[in-house]
Amino acid sequence: MKLFEYEAKSILARYGVPTPKGGLATNSKEAWEIASKLKPPFAVKAQVLVAGRGKAGGILFAESLSEVERAAEKLLSMRVKDIPVRKVWIEEKIRIKRELYFGITTDRFNRSYVAIASSVGGMEIEEIAEKTPEKLIKFLINPQHGFRSFHARQIARKMGYSGSQLLELEKIFLGLYRAGVDYDAELIEMNPLTETIDGRFVAADARIIMDDNALFRHQEFRKRLLEGESELAPQELEAIKNGLAYVKLNGNIGVIGNGAGLVMATLDTIKYYGGEPANFLDVGGGASSEKIAAALKIVLSDPNVKALFINILGGITRCDEVARGILEAREKMRVTKPTVIRLVGTNEEEGKKILKEAGIHVLESMETAAQKVVEITRQG
Amino acid sequence: MPIIVNKNTKAIVQGITGKQGSFHTKLMLEYGTKIVAGVTPGKGRTRIHNVPVYDTVEEALEKHEANASIIFVPAPFAADAILEALENGIKTIVTITEHIPIKDAISVMSYAKQQGATIIGPNTPGIISPEECKLGIMPAHIFRKGNVGIISRSGTLTYEIAASLTRNGLGQSTCLGLGGDPITGLNFVDVLKMFREDPQTEAVVLIGEIGGNLEELAAEYITKENYPKPVAAFIAGRTAPPGKRMGHAGAIIMGKAGTAESKIEALKNAGVDVAEKPSDIAGLLLRKLS
Repeated sequence: MKLFEYEAKSILARYGVPTPKGGLATNSKEAWEIASKLKPPFAVKAQVLVAGRGKAGGILFAESLSEVERAAEKLLSMRVKDIPVRKVWIEEKIRIKRELYFGITTDRFNRSYVAIASSVGGMEIEEIAEKTPEKLIKFLINPQHGFRSFHARQIARKMGYSGSQLLELEKIFLGLYRAGVDYDAELIEMNPLTETIDGRFVAADARIIMDDNALFRHQEFRKRLLEGESELAPQELEAIKNGLAYVKLNGNIGVIGNGAGLVMATLDTIKYYGGEPANFLDVGGGASSEKIAAALKIVLSDPNVKALFINILGGITRCDEVARGILEAREKMRVTKPTVIRLVGTNEEEGKKILKEAGIHVLESMETAAQKVVEITRQG
Repeated sequence: MPIIVNKNTKAIVQGITGKQGSFHTKLMLEYGTKIVAGVTPGKGRTRIHNVPVYDTVEEALEKHEANASIIFVPAPFAADAILEALENGIKTIVTITEHIPIKDAISVMSYAKQQGATIIGPNTPGIISPEECKLGIMPAHIFRKGNVGIISRSGTLTYEIAASLTRNGLGQSTCLGLGGDPITGLNFVDVLKMFREDPQTEAVVLIGEIGGNLEELAAEYITKENYPKPVAAFIAGRTAPPGKRMGHAGAIIMGKAGTAESKIEALKNAGVDVAEKPSDIAGLLLRKLS
């Protein structure tokens, strides 16, 4: 789950990381009020959960209160990468000497957290790694001892700092690490972490992505996510509520399957035969009729869907039960869209018979089923 | 001799009385897996499918000899269940549980390494050495004993490919699900090393997907070591958009990292045959093995 910049900054501030003074506004009047308590010049920043916000025009600068008002109004009526802006964050603009990067994320191969730092910041970390690999500092965090103050000092020294600045960075790095641990962050970063012209450090932008699997420990954020204030499309949210995994894509073939890898492979196979999938939907294990019904409802709420491809590799699941579930769900949902089903597993023959009698195309291999559904959408 | 589990494996089931645990214990017993005891706190002194149940792993191991555990415990308690097995000296732990937080996973993996234990998963269908031992939830009937080793990040895709290998007369030595999470006990390189030493395994299939760089690291290992056995691969998620989690917690492209293209290119450069579609794997292997 992605956190908004204002949330990430408030968390970091509580862990002793300096952030610019600022406040959150939902209209231009509030923006004016917040700015009136700050020192100019100001930065007005759209609170949206997409990367590349600055380049997309989501950050404006203002010298006066009336300019803040206008900037807030403009941002609140615009969409950044197709996401409507509901909130803006107004803060004191930092006088930058140098932009740095510091973040902590997971290292899959080493099964640990890794701290990443660079004395060059302000662009995406991949870009930093590509353009100035020699400035990239990677430090694997020992899971037994965690990230210690001397680790922070070692990194600050490698970034070229000493004396009181080194000690200041030590405090900031440790604060970020502790915030990351406490909030179950799979990514927590300050980008840029700015060195100001008077030699202090301020986190000008901050990003936190929380581990979805740990949200049971952070109910306030889980609540926000389920109430719809997130980067998710409405269908994606509905899927989470039903224990399904859904991702919206741009094509016209609705896809439902069991197992993440199998569904991804199904999308790839559709594309291989020249079709365009409308979504990814994994119903998970079991594929009960309730889950299939919820899945159909979500997939069909996308008006682009012209045909359905259901790919169930039964395994231990009984195919006759799955077949009855699909029929029940189709009836309940009054599905009229052409449907191609691939169904294999225990009691396969009976399952196929049930579906064929209902006039549904049942095929044995993923490839032939994918070809069939692509053909159907071409005719329509 | 297959890898990790074989006919001498004696296992306990943690979370044996839950719906999943009980159902799959029955299927594993039917397959011939030696399940010697189960553990569910509060359900001690009962039996399920005639397997004795204990309140703690400690007690189960006082009364029975076991060298492996399979875990069905719900995510919030799963890390504790793994630690309980580790502290009681179990060296092979299959964690079926999905949705374990990363922080918990990192902490137990580090302890497992210290103990010299092998953790399969989390979020895995488990491991099967056909006709010897199944510690997992996979449908047994699609597997046959043979000479192909499978290492996979996906459950159903493993079934898809294993079934197709079996249909084409290619049996399997061991099939192992690494797990769909970002932090797993084993990675491709770990298992490639095991298959390399295993005389029964003559070829290896890698089933990867978007997210992370474990496939790229496998490619690097294959090149560097001049891997002596033929390897074929399938990578799911060529059409996956960046920034979206595709079902598995670990299946996500971050910026430009973790794309299917990058993995496919790395594997091809390492001399691995990369299949366009899952059903092409069997053909690629038959050509290499003939």
